Amino acid sequence: MSVATQDTAISTGKITRALIYLVLLLFALFYLLPLFVMVANSLKPLDEITGGNMLALPQTWTIEPWLAAWSTAQIGVEPTGLRPYFINSILMVVPAVAISTILGAINGYILTKWRFKGDNILFGLMLFSCFIPFQIVLIPMATVLGKIGLAGSIPGLILVHVVYGVGFTTLYYRNYYAAVPSELVRAAMIDGAGFFRIFWRILLPLSGPITVVSVIWQFTNVWNDFLFGASFGGTSQPMTVALNNLVQSSTGVKEYNVHFAGAILAALPTLIVYIVAGRYFVRGLMAGSVKG
Amino acid sequence: MGFLDITNVTKSYGNVEVLHKVDVEVQEGEFLVLVGPSGCGKSTLLNMIAGLEDITSGDISINGRVVSGVHPSKRNIAMVFQSYALYPNMTVGQNMTFGLEMHGVPKPEREKALADVSKLLQIEQLLDRKPGQLSGGQRQRVAMGRALVRDPDVFLFDEPLSNLDAKLRVDMRTEIKKLHEQLKTTVVYVTHDQIEALTLSTRIAVMNGGYIQQLGTPREIYDTPANIFVATFMGSPAMNIVPAKIKVDNGVVFAELTDAEGQPKLLRTVQSNLAAWDGREILLGIRPEAITDPDGADRKSTHLERLDNRITVTEPAGSDTFVTMTLGGRDVIGRMRADADAAAGQMFEFAINMEKAVAFDPQTEDRIRPD
Ligand SMILES: Nc1ncnc2c1ncn2[C@@H]1O[C@H](COP(=O)(O)OP(=O)(O)O)[C@@H](O)[C@H]1O
Ligand SMILES: [Mg+2]
Repeated sequence: MSVATQDTAISTGKITRALIYLVLLLFALFYLLPLFVMVANSLKPLDEITGGNMLALPQTWTIEPWLAAWSTAQIGVEPTGLRPYFINSILMVVPAVAISTILGAINGYILTKWRFKGDNILFGLMLFSCFIPFQIVLIPMATVLGKIGLAGSIPGLILVHVVYGVGFTTLYYRNYYAAVPSELVRAAMIDGAGFFRIFWRILLPLSGPITVVSVIWQFTNVWNDFLFGASFGGTSQPMTVALNNLVQSSTGVKEYNVHFAGAILAALPTLIVYIVAGRYFVRGLMAGSVKG
Repeated sequence: MGFLDITNVTKSYGNVEVLHKVDVEVQEGEFLVLVGPSGCGKSTLLNMIAGLEDITSGDISINGRVVSGVHPSKRNIAMVFQSYALYPNMTVGQNMTFGLEMHGVPKPEREKALADVSKLLQIEQLLDRKPGQLSGGQRQRVAMGRALVRDPDVFLFDEPLSNLDAKLRVDMRTEIKKLHEQLKTTVVYVTHDQIEALTLSTRIAVMNGGYIQQLGTPREIYDTPANIFVATFMGSPAMNIVPAKIKVDNGVVFAELTDAEGQPKLLRTVQSNLAAWDGREILLGIRPEAITDPDGADRKSTHLERLDNRITVTEPAGSDTFVTMTLGGRDVIGRMRADADAAAGQMFEFAINMEKAVAFDPQTEDRIRPD
């Protein structure tokens, strides 16, 4: 009797499992389909796209569209390809992510371990900044950037993204550090460590997982931003704006294969960040849970 | 002037005063335990000694120096926290020498101190591990080691054993006592566990509601509690508190209390100044071990009173049997020998050691002191 029940339990388990895998597989295919279309079409000559099936694999394989998108395609009026804009984006995103993450970490540290009168109000205001739509600040921001002489430059864009990002990064680090016992800080104070030493030697080494979260979030947002880039980029526009100019250019034939290649180039860095950092993220979480 | 002086210290958070004019003088080499229920202000007082909390008013001085405004790291104290507060990213060795490193002690000296202390605590084999890889007892040792390497003037402990299981707690208690006897460093130790307080301390400060209720040696605290709070907080099972009426007959002072049937019973007291309470109610405090079976009574006592009463419950506890009866309308627990012939529902002859009984004023709940 008991054996029979066990049997049924195992076989239902198997059936459910197979069903779950099937559904998951379908979802995965569904999500991968657009990527497949993009990759496949970016490796075809243009006439294969205009002539026929978007879903087919290339008949003649070519990397010409990629080279064109990277270095020769017409962006706006100049035939520069996406390369200079890609470099702009890198020059913008790396400092913006680094600065906003470091500021967020220090803010979180102060807001949890060096509490002061009105700290919760200050944190509330910083949280509020996360909910301000970009459009509202465009004009005031332009005025400020103009006044401090950073309009139309990469440092200007960095500043805008840091200001916008620091609310989020502060939120992440504050909540993370709130779970770190204050007794650690007290012990370090008695041991003779000062403000920055405690941060550097005690808190920061514990911050792996939340730093990965913060970096992924900030990188994705700053890299993918279009509005600030288009508004304040001036002559140093980021990748997203360039991609738009490439795709929207009204002169000549629409080179869809080049567009696909350009779009993948624009998405690649965030994809890489997810794949690389995501793994560390999971690892960090596991380490934390084992540590207890 | 003691080694650690706490003079008239108060602490307020906003306009709530949580410590009221605390005065304690600790001599060099003493083991002072602050004991009291949760929330009574023990940790607050300890943190003020450490410099982790500001003093609202009053003074604290350590080794002849007033420390108000002195940074925690410059008070020459070391603290062991309840959660151990080991730095998770550092190895045990790094944890223990971090304080020395921050104080600019050269590496060879740090290594030497680490070697000495880890040998003393028998944690040499753990030095390269991270705290996350240690058991609770090992973490506790490392936390003590971190305090010991500093060779401070005063050790501060905040409930260091309360995260350990019962068996380990008893072992570590003995170990801490041994360490203190060996090192003779001044200790202030916070706990809510009265057994820890009684076993470890050279003196105890019993706290409640932000007041020090009594400061004294474990024996003083146990035998002559200052009030009903101290009497019932210290000791387990708690001291029995029984309403009684004082009757003076021919110069002999009796306490009259009612037995299980509501009949009055007379117990002769040793405290002659209770005669002033003739005809009035007092509260009589009798520890469970002063209520025994006649054969288990303290033979040296000069005032053993016999009392027949009905047993309500017996609780055999291996070495002893605890017996509950009704006296003065309250449950009263006595401690019999394990093989005493006591059974629930039966009449039993109890021996009460009135030498150990104490009397309390029912209004103020303070002890009525003998002259
Ligand atoms: N930061 C604080 N703000 C307000 N009240 C506090 C603060 N810290 C402690 N208290 C209050 O002070 C009292 C004593 O606390 P504490 O010293 O931690 O008690 P114990 O260690 O004896 O359990 C408690 O009533 C607690 O609520
Ligand atoms: Mg406490």
